[in-house]
This record gives sequence, C-alpha cells and structure tokens, in this order.
Amino acid sequence: MSRPAVRVEGLSKRYQIGSREPYHRFSELLSNLARGAIALPRRRRSATPDEQAPGPEGEFWALQDVSFEVNEGEVLGIVGRNGAGKSTLLKILSRITEPTAGRFGIRGRVASLLEVGTGFHPELTGRDNIYLNGAVLGMPRTEIARKFDEIVAFAEVEAFLETPVKHYSSGMYMRLAFSVAAHLDPEILVIDEVLAVGDMQFQKKCLGKMSKVAQAGRTVLFVSHNLLAVESLCTTALLLDGGQIVAAGAPSAVTARYQGRHDAECPIRQWDDLASAPGGSHVRLRRAAIYPAGADDSAINVHTELVIEFEYWNMVEGLVLSPTANLYDQEGRVVFQTSPVNEPCWTDKPFPRGLFRSQFVIPADFLNDGYHELQLYMVKDASVLVERFDSLLRFYVADDAAFRRGWYGKWLGAVRPNLEWQTVQVAPLERPIRCGDPTDSVACHRGA
Amino acid sequence: MPSRSSSVDNELIWYAPKPAWSFVDLAELWRYRHLIAILALRDIKVRYRQTMIGVAWALVQPLTQLCIFALLFGLLGRTPVEPGTPFLVSAMCGLLLWQLFAQSVTGASASLLANTNLVTKVYFPRLALPISAVAVALVDFCVGVGLLAALLLWYGVVPGAAILFAPLFVLLAVILAVGISAWLSALSALYRDFQYLVPFLLQIAFFASPVIYQTDALIPAAWRPVFALNPLAGAIEGFRWAVTGQGSPPWLPIVTSIPLMAVVLGSGLLYFRRVERTFADRI
Repeated sequence: MSRPAVRVEGLSKRYQIGSREPYHRFSELLSNLARGAIALPRRRRSATPDEQAPGPEGEFWALQDVSFEVNEGEVLGIVGRNGAGKSTLLKILSRITEPTAGRFGIRGRVASLLEVGTGFHPELTGRDNIYLNGAVLGMPRTEIARKFDEIVAFAEVEAFLETPVKHYSSGMYMRLAFSVAAHLDPEILVIDEVLAVGDMQFQKKCLGKMSKVAQAGRTVLFVSHNLLAVESLCTTALLLDGGQIVAAGAPSAVTARYQGRHDAECPIRQWDDLASAPGGSHVRLRRAAIYPAGADDSAINVHTELVIEFEYWNMVEGLVLSPTANLYDQEGRVVFQTSPVNEPCWTDKPFPRGLFRSQFVIPADFLNDGYHELQLYMVKDASVLVERFDSLLRFYVADDAAFRRGWYGKWLGAVRPNLEWQTVQVAPLERPIRCGDPTDSVACHRGA
Repeated sequence: MPSRSSSVDNELIWYAPKPAWSFVDLAELWRYRHLIAILALRDIKVRYRQTMIGVAWALVQPLTQLCIFALLFGLLGRTPVEPGTPFLVSAMCGLLLWQLFAQSVTGASASLLANTNLVTKVYFPRLALPISAVAVALVDFCVGVGLLAALLLWYGVVPGAAILFAPLFVLLAVILAVGISAWLSALSALYRDFQYLVPFLLQIAFFASPVIYQTDALIPAAWRPVFALNPLAGAIEGFRWAVTGQGSPPWLPIVTSIPLMAVVLGSGLLYFRRVERTFADRI
C-alpha cells in the first residue's frame, strides 16, 4: 500500500519565450541550419531545440526542480494560481511533453484527462465517438466493446447513439465524454480541472467517480481550483507557485497557505503623488483599500465583515460628486452597485477642493466565495461620469468548509446571504400509515 | 514471460528527457495500431459524411485527370507511351500510384496541425497521425484499383504473371510516402511555410515522375539514369510493368529507388523522432 505509484525527481521544464509563438517561420529553420552548419565543426553537445542557446527573447521556467512522491491509492491535489506550472506538470506526467531536466517514474497504466472529450469529432455519431475517444485515451478495442453498454447507460444517450454528436446538447456531449473517461481503468488517473466545466450535477458525478476510483486503490493526481473538493477528496496536496513547490502535505494546510497568498493580492493600492495618481482633471485617486472590519485577522472568508475605502482628491471647486462602486464576481456578473444616497454630510452637496475619504461596509455572510473585483465610478451631478477606475481592487473571498455538509460545488448565486430560516413542525401524524418503510417520508406523504 | 510482465507491473518505469537523436519506437507504434486504424476510419467517415455519392468521389479525380490527358494527347496526336500499351491503361497505372503518394503526403503533412487538440492533450506516438493519413490514401487506392480493372477489361489487356509483383511496388510507394510524410508532417507542424510549399512540391513531382508518360517513351536514354534518381519513378514504372506485363522489368529505376527509399524513410523517422517531443509545446 505504501509503495510509490509516482515518483518525481528534480523535474524542470523550460520554454523559450520566442518559440512559444503560434507560428514558426521557415526563416527560423534556415537560421537554425546556418547555425548548425557553423557549429558542426565544433561537435555540438547533444542539445534539444529547446536547449540551444537562449534567444534574445529569453526563456521561461514553467517548472523548476520539482520533486515529490505519490503512493498507491493516494489522491494528490495540486493547487496554485494560473501559470504556476500545474498544467505543465500534468502534461509531463502524461508524457505529452518532455521535461527539460529531471525524471519521473510511473507504476502502471496512466490515463490523463486534461480535457473532457479529447478527440471527439462533431461529425461522427455517438457510437463512433465512444470508440474514437476510448482509443485516444488508450483503451484497448476489446475493452471498449466490453464496456460499451455500460458507457452508454451511464451517459444516458441510448436514443442518440446513431446521431452525430454535433446535434447533441452540450449536456449530452459532456455526459458522453465523461462516461468514456470514467470507464477507463488505469492504475493512475491524471485529471486537470475537469470539474470546472459542466453543471452542478455533472460536477457531483465527477467528484463521486473520483472518490470511487481512489477507494478502489488507484492513484489520482488532480489539479483544481475548487479548494473544497481538494480538501475533501485528496489525501495529500501540493501548492505550486512560479514552477516550484511552495507547500506540500495535508490538503487543509496547503489550501490555507494558498488562500493566504490570495489575500495579499491587492487589498490596498496607494498613490501618494497627486501628479502621477490615476484620474483626470476633476478627480484623482489617492488610495483604495479593502480590509476586514474586525482588526483580528487578515484572511477574508464568507463570514468576514469588509470595509471598502477610497481616498481621492477633488480638484474642481464646487463639484457635486458621488463615488459609485460596482462589485463584480469572478464570472463578471455585477454583484451590486452602491453609491452614497443617504450620506448626511456630502450627498448632493458641492465638494470643495481637497482630499476626501469615502467608505462603506459589506456585511458578513453576504458575499459568495471566489474572486471579486471592484470598479469605481466618479459621478458628477448624480448623472455624469467623470472618471472610472476598472479592476481597482481584486480580492478573494474564501469559503468555509464547516457549513458545507457534504456539498462541495459552487454555492449558486451572486451573493450568499445568511438568511434567517425557521422550521416548525406544523402537526404530528396521528397514526402510522401503511407504507413499506416507515422512515420513507415520500411514501408516507403519499399515504397521507 | 509471465514473471517478466509481473515484474514490470511492480516496478516504476522511468521517463527522462530522451537523447536528441533516437529512433522511433516501432514496438510502441505497433501497440498503437488500433489507434491508427481508428483515426484513419474517422477521417474516411468524416470525409464522405453528408455527401451523395460517398466513396465514389475517390474515382472522380483520377477519371477527370485521365480524360484531360487523353484529350490533350489526342489533340497532340501522340501519346507518351511505348507502342502496344493503351494510353489510358498506362496513365491509369501511373495516376493510381501517384494519387496514393500525393494523397498520403497531403494528408500527412496536415495531420499534426489538424489534430492539435489530440497532440496537446493526450500521449500517443505522434507518428500515428501521418501513418493514419497514409492508410486513408490506401483505401482510396483500393477503390481506384476497381477502375483500373475495368479499364483492363475494356482494352482486353490480360496481365501476366508479373501482376504478382504489383503489391510489391505498391509497398514501395507506401514506404516512400511514409518517409516523405514523416519529414513533411514534422516540418509543417514546426514551420507553417510547408503548408504552402507541399502542394507546390507535389506539382513538380507530378511532372518529374512517369505518371502520365512512360520514361522510355519520353525521356532521352542519356537522361534516364538521372531520372531514375526519383525514387517514385521506380515504384510507378514497376507497377505499370507488373500490371500491363509489357516489355522487361524497368530495372534501372527499381534498383536505384530502393536504397533512396530507405534513406528517405530512415532520415524521416529520425527527424520526426527528434522534433516529436516538442510538438506539444510548439504546435
């Protein structure tokens, strides 16, 4: 049980920034040939195209000296910001790309799911695509044939088996694609952010399948931004940042560390010099900040009461100014717009020239978890936009696992208010009613 | 054997950066033959989906070309074939092998780009893509053989024992196609210029190969050794000889084409292997 299924030793991956551009020109080949011809007499050392002298554009290390070990039956969660090297790591472990240095050992068959429905062809029927996708994911033909009915049943697409998948609804397409993947039987399963797509039901299905795979003693490597899923499903976790492992160990500790980084992202921005401060001839911004109302800790989660504060210079005497804040969630939806409509001193009053500070409080148990972005409008005479500051503050509201009770998906809605619910028993049932199982409430209701 | 396989199960298999020059892992390619077949099947199915005449399209192109050249040489009053061979039969032999080659190369050189989503998302020997393109061309070739058989019947040409060698020359053309495809698919993936260069190169190759003419009927004897350096010439002339049974086997192009073919195939596979590992990063 404690044997390693995956062992990674000093894995590094370097990209040449210049060679990551989407198009490669013939002139590049010609210059390479010329360079090769010049270098040939000097008996060039063995070098891959990537290892040749770094171009003037420089180079970029997507991974740097990463080492870790995953035992059989473990579920490893890999977290980190975009560009931290998570996908590169998975790509190397699935052998899609080679590392620049280091090595890794694998025990058993690897199946990697870096996207749902890899290789699906829209013109082909559901049946053809099951065979195609299975083959692409490395399932032997006999195995696909054996599991065919199971795959179809799991995806619930029996009636559309002979229909080209371009006519499928996106839900059917996703179910079919996931169903093929779910019936792979690898010793090691590598999954990248599959959970980010699909609806709630689909995510539930994915998570359920993953924990089943792990319970069957297989090894799972799992990249996700869904920290709650990582905390609840993984036995161990890694935090990558800038291509390096910055934390490893118990999932809850690693995700806490990850969220700590988020908080530091940009809760405060300040410009002390009026001349270079953002803004125009009417208004310039001096400071924007977000901080917890209680001075106790700096971690922002869904239970934190937040203060949002702006300082700005008014440069035009007598301007009737109202700052307006728009809060967006990570899907880009407006959560709310707020403006000082009932502020006693300054609402609808002319502002003298000078430095002002405005603030408002977002109550605790109000925002949903995830990234939020604040945009600030400076409005003159209640209707004329004089200045706008996009993406002024960006902050992350962490979730709280304690309130979850087994549901790890995204809580729906732009906000997540903690509303007062009340439940009372209206009347007891007088006498037991004939039903198969007395605890089956549905059956009892039908009886009543 | 069983003890060996179980020990493999129990050991970590290590992967590290491969040396810059190594040969294609043919055993692994063989393990993925099922994928090659499925990819070829996919391309055939997709190509003829929602068409009315389906696979018959494979016949349209050689038939049109045949008609054009028959008309052209008819107007000219002279056909570039040895006496005794009907022009249409001779040209059809050439066109069939040419199509096999040209379609393989066209399909293969586009194959990596057309399957970027696969290349960047799953592992498999990348050579499966150009090879499946060659397999697709082979299917069209088989359809075309029916047309050739019809022409033979029409002209009453009865192939002799030489016909037994025909598959050998088809094999030569396929090997050459795989070698060139390995080169061009890798180059087109890295340098998009080859997308535009390939059709152009094929057009030159069409006239430089004895497709619509017979070497002996058109090329002066002094130039024939130079002409034989085109490895496709051996396959085409050989196939034509095997089908029509006319004259003696074209030894010169056959003998020169075999080592050339080996060089093209070997170097193609080497080059493909060398750049294969960077496809996912660079495509």
